[in-house]
Amino acid sequence: MRRPLWFAFLLHRVSGLLLALFLPVHFWVLSLAVRDADALESFLSLTERPLVKLAEMGLVFLLAVHIFGGLRLMALELLGWSSGQKTAAAGAVALSLGAATLFLLRAI
Amino acid sequence: MLNARLFLLQRLSALVMAPLVLGHLALMIYAIQGGLSVGEILGRTQGSWFWGLYYGLFVLAVSVHAGIGLRVIAHEWLGLRRGLDAVTWGVAVGLGLLGLSAVLAVT
Amino acid sequence: MGTLIVNVARGDATERRSERFEVPAYESQTVLDVVSWIQQNADPTLSYRFACRVGMCGSCAMMVNGVPRWTCRTHVQKVAKGGALQIAPLRNLPVIKDLVVDMDPFFDKWVAAKAVHHPSRGRAEPMAEIAPDEPGRVTASAGIECINCAICYAACDTVSGSPDYLGPAALQRAWTLVNDAKDGARDAILDAVSGQGGCHNCHSMGSCTTHCPNDLDPLSAIAGLKRETMRKALRRA
Ligand code: SF4
Ligand code: SF4
Ligand code: FES
Repeated sequence: MRRPLWFAFLLHRVSGLLLALFLPVHFWVLSLAVRDADALESFLSLTERPLVKLAEMGLVFLLAVHIFGGLRLMALELLGWSSGQKTAAAGAVALSLGAATLFLLRAI
Repeated sequence: MLNARLFLLQRLSALVMAPLVLGHLALMIYAIQGGLSVGEILGRTQGSWFWGLYYGLFVLAVSVHAGIGLRVIAHEWLGLRRGLDAVTWGVAVGLGLLGLSAVLAVT
Repeated sequence: MGTLIVNVARGDATERRSERFEVPAYESQTVLDVVSWIQQNADPTLSYRFACRVGMCGSCAMMVNGVPRWTCRTHVQKVAKGGALQIAPLRNLPVIKDLVVDMDPFFDKWVAAKAVHHPSRGRAEPMAEIAPDEPGRVTASAGIECINCAICYAACDTVSGSPDYLGPAALQRAWTLVNDAKDGARDAILDAVSGQGGCHNCHSMGSCTTHCPNDLDPLSAIAGLKRETMRKALRRA
């Protein structure tokens, strides 16, 4: 039962789950801007570390793969577009990797 | 566990978010160059109606979308059978409040 | 030709175990041949189901090396791994004994999906004329050759995670009826597939379409139901 579209499903679910877990952190950090601008500044300086940059790239990938995979799903379900789904799913992953790599290249 | 109404909400929130996420991705890739700073972020967003509305709408849509998504995961992977509505709307309201306070903080 | 090592899942619902058999291998042997050989030559108490042996009746489905298959049309050569077979009852359905599962939940869901014909004319009236190339008829025809084998149902992870989910076969039949001009309750079907366990739970991972032995495409049928139900919901709103 482990076929390409099954992996696409798993990737969509796991990326969605991780993004949902990341969101509260994201919101909390941004809300520091009014409460404690210095804390935000020192937090942002963390993003200069290579490991943090890699983690950010991971987040960009998660967001990209969730949206591109999601657009594929909606085209499949709501437009009835069903041929070439495996190619489309692979394309969504490739596009997301591209976006994440571009992000990393600009970050360093 | 989804019925037609939740499914519709899930897809509508996704459709609302689609252009916003693409914009957000582009912005991230653009803004990361040279590092992030409070001044840079606030310089863009503070006092801006556009970004306030942009991220306000984004937060509302993502809260609903994440609430419904986590509901399905709780049902299928954790075997949760009851209290699914509480999970959905608890997550949605919690995320919505956190998110809106973040948007208020930076605009 | 040698010998096959066959591990068969045995026992009733409460007590499961695996038993190992050595079965002579033959040319063009099917998995059902192997199971029958065991029952006839090694252990007559082995329970399993089959009827037609030619892929028509849909009663012989089992898990073969972890994959749901129609055993009467599955050649051992194609699926054996290193001369070995694992045979187990269909996934996602309660076991009665050995390789026999209780199909009631599967068929109850066809009824719950209103996936049964609702007559729209009486016996005295003339038959509705429907051209074979009408779009609705073409869509319906794409899904009607279902043999109720429950292979798609066993392959579907959404059924495993969400026991109320109606599953690919029932939903596909519902979709064929929604497209059948002769069905008299098409709105009721759309309502029946929009509830708790309805078509909206499907995650489009397509395991149903991948494994259907008759090359049917429940994934696309369910996508059709999602579209139609959304159209209906938006009309109402
Ligand atoms: S496409 Fe839908 S019905 Fe088919 S296996 Fe996936 S979840 Fe189940
Ligand atoms: S759709 Fe295919 S796999 Fe599912 S019950 Fe019908 S014939 Fe079997
Ligand atoms: S025995 Fe009838 S389909 Fe296999």
